[in-house]
Amino acid sequence: MSVDESSGRAGMKERIPIVEKILSANDHIAEQNRSTLDAAGIMGLNFMASPGAGKTSLIEHTIKMLMGKLRLGVVDGDVATSIDADRAAAAGARSVQINTGGECHLDAVMLQGALSELALEEIDLLIVENVGNLICPASFQLGTHKSVLIASVPEGDDKPYKYPGMYRGVDALVINKIDLLPYLEFNMEYFQEGVEILNPGLVTFPLSCRTEEGLDAYLAWVEVEMEAHRRVVQ
Amino acid sequence: MHELTITESILEIALRHAAEAEAKKITDIHLVIGKLSSIVDDSVQFYWDIISDGTAAQGAALHFRRIRIEIACQVCGESYHPEDLDLSCPACGSRDVRIVAGEEFRLEAIEVE
Repeated sequence: MSVDESSGRAGMKERIPIVEKILSANDHIAEQNRSTLDAAGIMGLNFMASPGAGKTSLIEHTIKMLMGKLRLGVVDGDVATSIDADRAAAAGARSVQINTGGECHLDAVMLQGALSELALEEIDLLIVENVGNLICPASFQLGTHKSVLIASVPEGDDKPYKYPGMYRGVDALVINKIDLLPYLEFNMEYFQEGVEILNPGLVTFPLSCRTEEGLDAYLAWVEVEMEAHRRVVQ
Repeated sequence: MHELTITESILEIALRHAAEAEAKKITDIHLVIGKLSSIVDDSVQFYWDIISDGTAAQGAALHFRRIRIEIACQVCGESYHPEDLDLSCPACGSRDVRIVAGEEFRLEAIEVE
C-alpha cells in the first residue's frame, strides 16, 4: 500500500454515495430520441420478439396495408446482414439497418445513429425492429412511444412464464401464426392466463401474417394510437 | 452480451465519480439490484475482472445487494412480497397492483482510497 504523503491519509477508505441508475446513460439518450421523434411528429414503436416470430413479416404487412394513410420508416436491428431492412424497403418504407456486431439488443445510442440517417420529415410512423431475443431488449429503453411484443404459436404456450420481464413491459401483444393452431399443442387459455398474470388487460391481437386473418384489428390499433399520439404532441 | 454492456456502464460511472473525488483507487463497488432485474451476478463479475484491468478500479470488490419484490395492491392497500411470477394480491386477488420495489438497478456507492 503506497503512502500518500501530501494528504497523510495513507490507506484510508472513503465511501462515496452515488445512487445512479446503471443504465442512466442509455436512458438519457433514449429521452433525446423521444424528443427527436416528438419534434418530427413521429410515433415510434419498438417491435420485440424471439427470432422467427414474424417481426419482419408483420412490418411488411403494416407498410403495405397502411400505405397511402401513413408514411412508414423502419429501423432494423440485427446482429448481421441487411436482409430485414431490404425487405422493409422493398415493401415501400424508408429503412435503415443497424448491425449490432454481436450485441443481443438495440440500445438508445444505436437508435440515435439510425435516426440521423432517416429523412424524419417524411415519416409518420417509425417501427424499430429489435434484435430477436426475449430477454435483453426489455432492459434497454430506446425512446420509442410504445413497445409491441410479437409472440408466435410455434414457440409454445409457456413463453410468458419463461420470459416475465419481456411480457411485463410491453404495451401490446401480437400472437402470430394462429393459422398453425390446428397442428400444434398450443393451449391459448394457458398462454393468455400467463399474460394476464404479468400484464393485466394487455391489448392482444391474435393474427396470421400468412392468411392475413386478424390483421385488421392490429392495424386499427396502430391507427388509433397514431391519432392519440398526434393529439398529444401537437 | 447484455452483462458486458452493463458492466461497462458500472465501470464508467465508478471511474467518473472516483475522478471527481480525486481518488487514486476504487476498492469496493456497491450495487443494488432488484429481484425483477434479470442480472446474473457471476457474469457481471466475470466481465468486471476483464474490463477493470488497468484502470483505477482494478481489483475492486463488487457487492451485490439484492432487493426483494414489494407490491402494493391498488384496490385493498395490501403490501406483500411475492416469491414467484404471480404479482396479484394475496388478500383480495386483484391484479391492479404497483411494484414498489424489486426493479432497482443502480450503483449505490463506491469506496475509494
